[in-house]
Amino acid sequence: MSVRVFVPRDTTALSLGADAVAARLEREARARGLALTLVRNGSRGAAWLEPLVEVETANGRLAFGPVIAEDIPGLLDAGLLDGDLLAGDTGHPLALGPTEALPWFARQQRLTFARIGLTDPLSIADYLAHDGYRGLETALTRTPQELVEEVKASGLRGRGGAAFPTGIKWQTVLDTPADQKYIVCNADEGDSGTFADRLAMECDPYLLIEGMTIAGLAVGATQGYIYLRSEYPLAKTILDAAIAHAEAAGYLGDDIRGSGHAFHLEVRLGAGAYICGEETSLLESLEGKRGLVRFKPPLPAIEGLFGRPTVVNNVLSLAAVPFILAEGAQAYADVGMGRSRGTLALQLAGNVKRGGLVELAFGASLRTLMEEFGGGTASGRPLRAVQVGGPLCAYLPESQWDLPLDYEAFAEVGAGVGHGGVVMFDDSVDMAEQARFSMEFCKTESCGKCTPCRIGSTRGVEVIDRIRAGENRAANLALLGELCETMEDGSLCAMGGMTPFPVRSALTHFPDDFRRPVEGD
Amino acid sequence: MSDSREWTPQAIQAEIDALKHKPGALLPILHALQDRFGFIPEAAVPLIADSLGQTRAEVHGVIGFYHHFRTAPPGRHVVQICRAEACQAMGARPLEAHAKASLGIDYHQTTVDREVTLEAVYCLGNCACGPAVRVDDRVLGRVDAERFDALIDELQTRPLEVIA
Repeated sequence: MSVRVFVPRDTTALSLGADAVAARLEREARARGLALTLVRNGSRGAAWLEPLVEVETANGRLAFGPVIAEDIPGLLDAGLLDGDLLAGDTGHPLALGPTEALPWFARQQRLTFARIGLTDPLSIADYLAHDGYRGLETALTRTPQELVEEVKASGLRGRGGAAFPTGIKWQTVLDTPADQKYIVCNADEGDSGTFADRLAMECDPYLLIEGMTIAGLAVGATQGYIYLRSEYPLAKTILDAAIAHAEAAGYLGDDIRGSGHAFHLEVRLGAGAYICGEETSLLESLEGKRGLVRFKPPLPAIEGLFGRPTVVNNVLSLAAVPFILAEGAQAYADVGMGRSRGTLALQLAGNVKRGGLVELAFGASLRTLMEEFGGGTASGRPLRAVQVGGPLCAYLPESQWDLPLDYEAFAEVGAGVGHGGVVMFDDSVDMAEQARFSMEFCKTESCGKCTPCRIGSTRGVEVIDRIRAGENRAANLALLGELCETMEDGSLCAMGGMTPFPVRSALTHFPDDFRRPVEGD
Repeated sequence: MSDSREWTPQAIQAEIDALKHKPGALLPILHALQDRFGFIPEAAVPLIADSLGQTRAEVHGVIGFYHHFRTAPPGRHVVQICRAEACQAMGARPLEAHAKASLGIDYHQTTVDREVTLEAVYCLGNCACGPAVRVDDRVLGRVDAERFDALIDELQTRPLEVIA
């Protein structure tokens, strides 16, 4: 029997040469007369080991990585398919032993991402063989109210960053009568340092489809849209194919699995506007308009897409739902801390030695994450600052690295968990430059509807430039403080309202950087 | 560039007609036009407006709002450099300076030989392996100056035409 070999096909693995690895492997094996079945699986999320090649054995999968095409002949010489390496000999420099025994994986608590990397993302048979669609099977035996109760009882809160209880949002949509309701998945994952949505969509697309279908059953919606950012072309290809397969297999369409319930799904592409990750701006964009933020109320749950009741949930909120239905709300609620229940998908990014997706129960400390999983910086220089939660969240200095990862604990110090992105910077970072970038980014991405955000961000860049140039430093620092206050209090949404968070954190924790002479002085 | 990328009013109208029945059809139509022609020709604006029952100003406003849509033809390849924080932490700033200097262009410009259009992008979702660069639909990781130069060389190397 031929050996099954897995070479991932997600964006990160491909960006590091996975296609070349796969091609070389097939060519070399053929030349040597070795039998091999190549599976293009999803990534397991260990970006630092990509391309991570795995070989299936009677005792589970063995991992090799990071592999480049040029490593293939040597690996085959050493018995990748037929010899010592298969017997678990870890003498080869790329041999890592059984994949799941690697501490980086073994210490994680994967509920939502239990399946990524194990399967061929487009195979429904693989999905079913790994507990897929068990949540939907359960959901089809329940009433809408029972489904909403289950999600409420799980304690699931919106994973996009706002942390609003998902079940309460669903209840509002369920309770609002309408001829048409919608499920909208916010897949406009624009925060730098985040890629968990992308991994879920590229590596386990049926999970999102299943979660959205359950949401449709729960609130009485028959149409769903995945609003996907245009920066994710591979996710688009994979989702489109998965939706077509799911329709053909009766998991989407007019009569889901013979239940008489309908649910249709379509992927819509964004067009490079960060603001469209804000839910009302996203809805405007889906309607074919400029992505201008709407006033709230009315809430989207009451008047959302095309004025109809709409659930707008992040990819990871919807992707948590199949587990909750399959295993029960209690199993999800049993992990976590305080009011943050379940797991958080953390994404170790930036200047990190062992970056990737780390799914953990809420409550782990940032330091544990960055040191035990991240292994410190990629550059080997001392870690200086970390931005958790995306471009609208604070930079944290070392004194805050012992904070537990919990929505409330972070909020108490003016920081945010956001979408779980953790961007690490070594000591070469200039925090005044980072503060300037925060304002510049807001200036580039502001929708322009409200003045504090549109004008404030432009003035913010200017005033930070003056501070860095040493012009009236004290007066300009005071002015920047006032500007931040105006933006926080007067902006319509989080774009202008939270841009001051990274700016203020840089000022508070790294004041010396604002006194440095800039280049050219 | 193949002939099918040359726009005609008929070709534009065909793309519009294939999508105009969809709810919120404007963005799907604009994507279809840009995918096919490389940009959104000015002549498309009145055709879209008439087909969707919207004003030209509305269509124009939408095209202008989104960074992704362009109204002039790009070079043979579009190269996007990620400017966001995770890539900054790995040296995206020196990389963008190098790219601009070596190509002799700024963002939103095209080299004189029409080979490369350079664009900024804010996050490609490859944040654990930065700096990230996207070339057309291909994302690359850990791109330093040397790898960037190799990439540009590769883009500019065209296969020789074999004349039978």
